[in-house]
Amino acid sequence: MLLAACAAPAAVVFAAFWLLPMVQLVLLPAGTGAATYIVVLTEPRYLQSLVQTTLLSALVTLVSLAVAAAVGLYLGRRSFAGRRLLLAVLTLPLSFPGVIVGFFVILVGGRQGPFADLTEALAGERITFAYGVTGLFLAYVYFSLPRAIASFTAVVERMEHELEEAARSLGARRWHIVRDVWWPALQPTALAVGAILFATAMGAFGTAFTLASRYEVLPITIYNEFTNYANFALAASLSIALGLMTWAVLFIARRFGGAAIGAGA
Amino acid sequence: MTAGQRGRVDAPVLLAITVAVTLFTVLPMLVSVTAGVTHNFSRGLASGLTTRWIEEVWALYGSTAWRSVLLALACVVVALLVGVPCAWALARSRTRAARLFEELLTLPVAVPGLASALALILAYGQLRGFRQSFAFILVGHVVFTLPFMVRTVSAAFARDDLQSLDEAARSLGASFLQRFLGVLVPAVAPSIVAGSLMVFTLSVGEFNLTWMLHTPLTRTLPVGLADSYASMRIEIGSAYTLVFFIVILPILWGMQALARWIENTHGSSPGPGR
Repeated sequence: MLLAACAAPAAVVFAAFWLLPMVQLVLLPAGTGAATYIVVLTEPRYLQSLVQTTLLSALVTLVSLAVAAAVGLYLGRRSFAGRRLLLAVLTLPLSFPGVIVGFFVILVGGRQGPFADLTEALAGERITFAYGVTGLFLAYVYFSLPRAIASFTAVVERMEHELEEAARSLGARRWHIVRDVWWPALQPTALAVGAILFATAMGAFGTAFTLASRYEVLPITIYNEFTNYANFALAASLSIALGLMTWAVLFIARRFGGAAIGAGA
Repeated sequence: MTAGQRGRVDAPVLLAITVAVTLFTVLPMLVSVTAGVTHNFSRGLASGLTTRWIEEVWALYGSTAWRSVLLALACVVVALLVGVPCAWALARSRTRAARLFEELLTLPVAVPGLASALALILAYGQLRGFRQSFAFILVGHVVFTLPFMVRTVSAAFARDDLQSLDEAARSLGASFLQRFLGVLVPAVAPSIVAGSLMVFTLSVGEFNLTWMLHTPLTRTLPVGLADSYASMRIEIGSAYTLVFFIVILPILWGMQALARWIENTHGSSPGPGR
C-alpha cells in the first residue's frame, strides 16, 4: 500500500505525459486505414529513408566501437600525468546537444572551413564533406565515441592483465591476443554499448537537422511530414516504426547482458 | 595495476588511434571557439579578434541561457520529488507489476524523442495556455529524464544494509516519513546527487523533444543554437556555441565536483559501485 503510494506520483506523471499521449499516437494512423501502419515498408521513399538510417547507424556503431575499444585499451591500462584530464576531454561531448556536433562538421568541413582551405592549398580545389553522407557519418561518430570510450576504459581498468602477460610470454601472436584475450573481455560491453549507440544514432535528430544533409535519415523524414506537410498520421506511423526498432535493439541487447540505458543525442 | 610493465610501452597502433581520436574530438572545439572571437571566419585569425559576435549573441539570445538553466533545475526538482519515492518503491517491491512499471518508465529513453514530442503535441496541442508555456517543455524533459533518476537511486535503495537500517528505525518507532527523510534518503545521497547531475545534463542539452515542443516564446539554449546555425552567419553560430560552453560547462563541472565531494565525505558505501 505504502509502496503503491510512493510510486503513484511517478505513475501519474508517466501516464499523463507519455503513456496516454503515446497510445493516442499509436491509434492515430488507424484513422486513415490500417495500411498507414506499414507505409514505411510499402512506400519506396520511406523505405529508402529507413534503410539509409539503418545502414548509417550500423556503420557508425561498428566504427565507433572498434575505435573506442582501441582508445579504451590504451587509456585503461596506463597511468600517466594528465590521463584523467584527457579522459575528461574525450568524454566532454557527452554534454553537447546534437546540434552543436552538426555545427562542428559544418565549421570544419563546410564551404568556409579549414578543410576547404587546406584542399585548396594542396589540390587547388575547395573540397567540402559537411553536406553529404560523410559529414553525417563523422558527426554521428563524434557523438558516439565518448560514450563508448568511457565504457571501454572503465572495463579495461578492471580487466585481468595476467592472462595477456601469460599469452605473450608463451609467444602468442598479436592477433591471437586480440581474439582470445581482448575480445572475450570486451564483448559484453561492446554489445551493451553498441545497442545504445545504434539506438541513439537511429533517433538522432538535432545533428541531422543542423547538417540538412542530402542523405535523408528517418527522423528528418518524420519531421518533414509533420511540419512541412502536416501529415500527422504518416508522421505517427513512421515514429512508431522508428520507436519499435530502437526499443527492440535495446531490449534484445539487455536480454543478453548489459543493463545500461542510453540517452538521445 | 599489479601486472608487470612488459608490453605496456609498445602499443604504437593503440597510441596512434588514441592521438587521432583526441585530435578528432578537440580540433572542432578549438575551431569553434576561435571562430566565435574572430572578425571574419573565412579570412581566419589574420582578420583580428573581437567580442562583437558574443555581444550580438548575448543581445539576441541571452535569455535562452538562463531559461535553459532554470528549466533544467525545475526538471531536477520534479525528477527528485517524483522519482526518489518511486525508486524506493521499485527497490522494495518484488512484484511483477513493479518490474513491468520499471520497464515502461524507461520507454521514453528507448523511443526517439521525436516520437514522444509528437505524442505530447497530439494530446495537449489544443490546450493553448499549456502548449505555449515552458511547462510543456518541462513535462517532456521530465518523462525523458525520470528513468535516469529512478534507476540510479533505486539501485542504491536496493542495498541489503539499508533494509536492516530501515527495520531498526522502524522497531524504534519511527514513522515512515521520519525513516524515509531521516534515514533512507541521506543513506543514498551520493546516488541522488549523481541522478540529479544526469538529469540536469540531459535536460540542459535536450534538443530532439524540445525543438518540437518549443514556441517562439519558449526557446531554450539548444533551440536557439539550431536557430542561429540555420539563419545567422557562421561567426554568430560559433559565438553562441562559445556562450553555451561558458554558461553550461562551469555549472556541470561545479556539480560534478560537488557530487565527488559528497561521495567522499559520505564515507565508503558498501553497496554496489557504479
